[in-house]
Amino acid sequence: MIETILGKYNYWIYIALMMIGFYAMVAKENLIKKVIGMSIFQTAVFLFYVSIAKVKGGTAPIEWHHSHLYDNPLPHTLMLTGIVVSVSTTAVALALIIRIYKAYGSIEEDRVLVLEKEGGKGE
Amino acid sequence: MTLTEHLPILIIILPLFAAVIMPLTGVVNRSLCWYFTVVVTFLVFLIALSLVCNVMEAGRISYWLGGWKPPWGIEYVVDKVSALVLLVVSFIAFAVAIYARRSVEKEIAKSKVPLFYSVYLLFITGSMGVTITGDIFNLYVFLEITSLSLYTLIAMGPKRRALIASFNYLILGTIAGTFVLIGVGYLYMVTGTLNMADLRVLLPELYGSSAVLTAFAFFTVGLSLKLALFPLHIWLPNAYSYAPSVVSAVVAATATKVSAYVLFRILFTVFTVEFDTSVVPVTYLLIFFSSVAIIMGSVIALSQTNIKRMLAYSSIGQIGYIVLGAALTNELALTGSIIHIFNHALMKGSLFLVVGIVVYKTGIDDISGFKGLGRKMPISMAAFTLGALSMIGAPLTVGFVSKWYLAIGAINAGMWFLVPVILVSSILTAVYFWRVVEKIYFHKADEVEEIVTEYEVDGAGCACKRFEAPLTMLIPTFVLSVLCILFGIAANIPAGIASSAAKMLLGGGG
Repeated sequence: MIETILGKYNYWIYIALMMIGFYAMVAKENLIKKVIGMSIFQTAVFLFYVSIAKVKGGTAPIEWHHSHLYDNPLPHTLMLTGIVVSVSTTAVALALIIRIYKAYGSIEEDRVLVLEKEGGKGE
Repeated sequence: MTLTEHLPILIIILPLFAAVIMPLTGVVNRSLCWYFTVVVTFLVFLIALSLVCNVMEAGRISYWLGGWKPPWGIEYVVDKVSALVLLVVSFIAFAVAIYARRSVEKEIAKSKVPLFYSVYLLFITGSMGVTITGDIFNLYVFLEITSLSLYTLIAMGPKRRALIASFNYLILGTIAGTFVLIGVGYLYMVTGTLNMADLRVLLPELYGSSAVLTAFAFFTVGLSLKLALFPLHIWLPNAYSYAPSVVSAVVAATATKVSAYVLFRILFTVFTVEFDTSVVPVTYLLIFFSSVAIIMGSVIALSQTNIKRMLAYSSIGQIGYIVLGAALTNELALTGSIIHIFNHALMKGSLFLVVGIVVYKTGIDDISGFKGLGRKMPISMAAFTLGALSMIGAPLTVGFVSKWYLAIGAINAGMWFLVPVILVSSILTAVYFWRVVEKIYFHKADEVEEIVTEYEVDGAGCACKRFEAPLTMLIPTFVLSVLCILFGIAANIPAGIASSAAKMLLGGGG
């Protein structure tokens, strides 16, 4: 029991972080907080990929002896692409928030929806 | 080393580079952008056409990126299914590109036009990539390219509400994309490979493993969210109805179809039919949700007053048909489903293009705005009626062909109770399209004229009784709707391709 909790603590951290991010994305009204949640959610997945790359006793995959144990470098490479995707998503989201703020004067989702109803058809 | 060998990569590189060059072209001369987009999309369409011909003659094409051998390097695969989807997407992209010129001039600020075309080409790049790749992580990257460009395109909509629609889509789309990424991670964890064909070989031994089950669950939910299967469809109506008209047309015709194609790939190429039906009975769940989608999509469409929203809810129902055909896992139903990807792209494409014409000419997107348009825009309204007939599934139209295959497939699968679902939804479809068709032909135009003068920018046409759209808008719209009839009569051509594609998916060819 303790083995499964402590021995795989990195996976538990990944799950906890993922849930925190997911909660913020779904439940928060402030758009910036939603984006923060999104970043946590995506970063949790990067942590998961890095965890599965780990080999017990492995080091960096650099050749200095002919045989040594090294971590699987592929998931790390994949996550470089993942980070690029995550950064671009965040950039697009923030750009959208700036335009929402300019159009409505608020970045609270509930407030924006009220404004939308009051404003009738908008611009 | 001939050029033809490199077609599978050219179909992606060409729009990608063009997307990068586009803003520079805009600096030189803004009006060049449209010509450039049309030429690029036409070339992409030609490449897709020649790939289809090659595949039909020689079978599966495998292209090794950078010359690395498949399980290690990234592989691009063109087989019958992906060739068909490539052809549909590139054709719609080309038709909409021709159409885009006038509509974009009107709905999007001048300084942003080059950027619009740039993002449009990025969207095509992503869709092509998703379809052609044989590597599961590459698939995720292309999915995100498609989604990111879509968020931007939707946010360019004329009303400020488009921003909220785009943001909500961004949040849900990112959840979906990240779910797919988690799925990829779990599969890589247990198999150590990212190649779809290789996964298919390695996975069966591990079917009991909980990591594989988790991966499968994440894939199914993530992709259902991307393709807007019924309970996960919340983002779709707003995204479709507040986007610029051109974007609504291209998204409705291609984006969800490409996601449906990815679902087919995961269900039938990465996993096997036995896994989908016996290890995890996911097909029963999908049958249930897609039937609900078919009915609910049509019922909600009935109560809409905005024409774009009505078409959006109708799309949710149509996506139900596509998923239903796949979930029945027999050859006829899957044929119906693949053919429906093709057919729905044609009919929804033409319907949204007509709506774009009406918005362009009158500025109204309410159903009441269609009053008396039958006299004023005879050609575009004829196109709308043809599209509507196909959606209903009248014989001699494409809609009939796919519903026929789905119904026979449902009976073959012993699920006769799905036939009434298809029939009821067809009747509902007839009812909600009839409301519009009635307005078009049997109502006199009332205060429409006044609103027209408000939008009178290009100076021509309003004074006279007829005001058809410019030819660059009219021709693509009409061609799409004529194809709805043409492929409804000559149904054996797409049906032939689709049924051999279905055989291949179910038979285990990668």
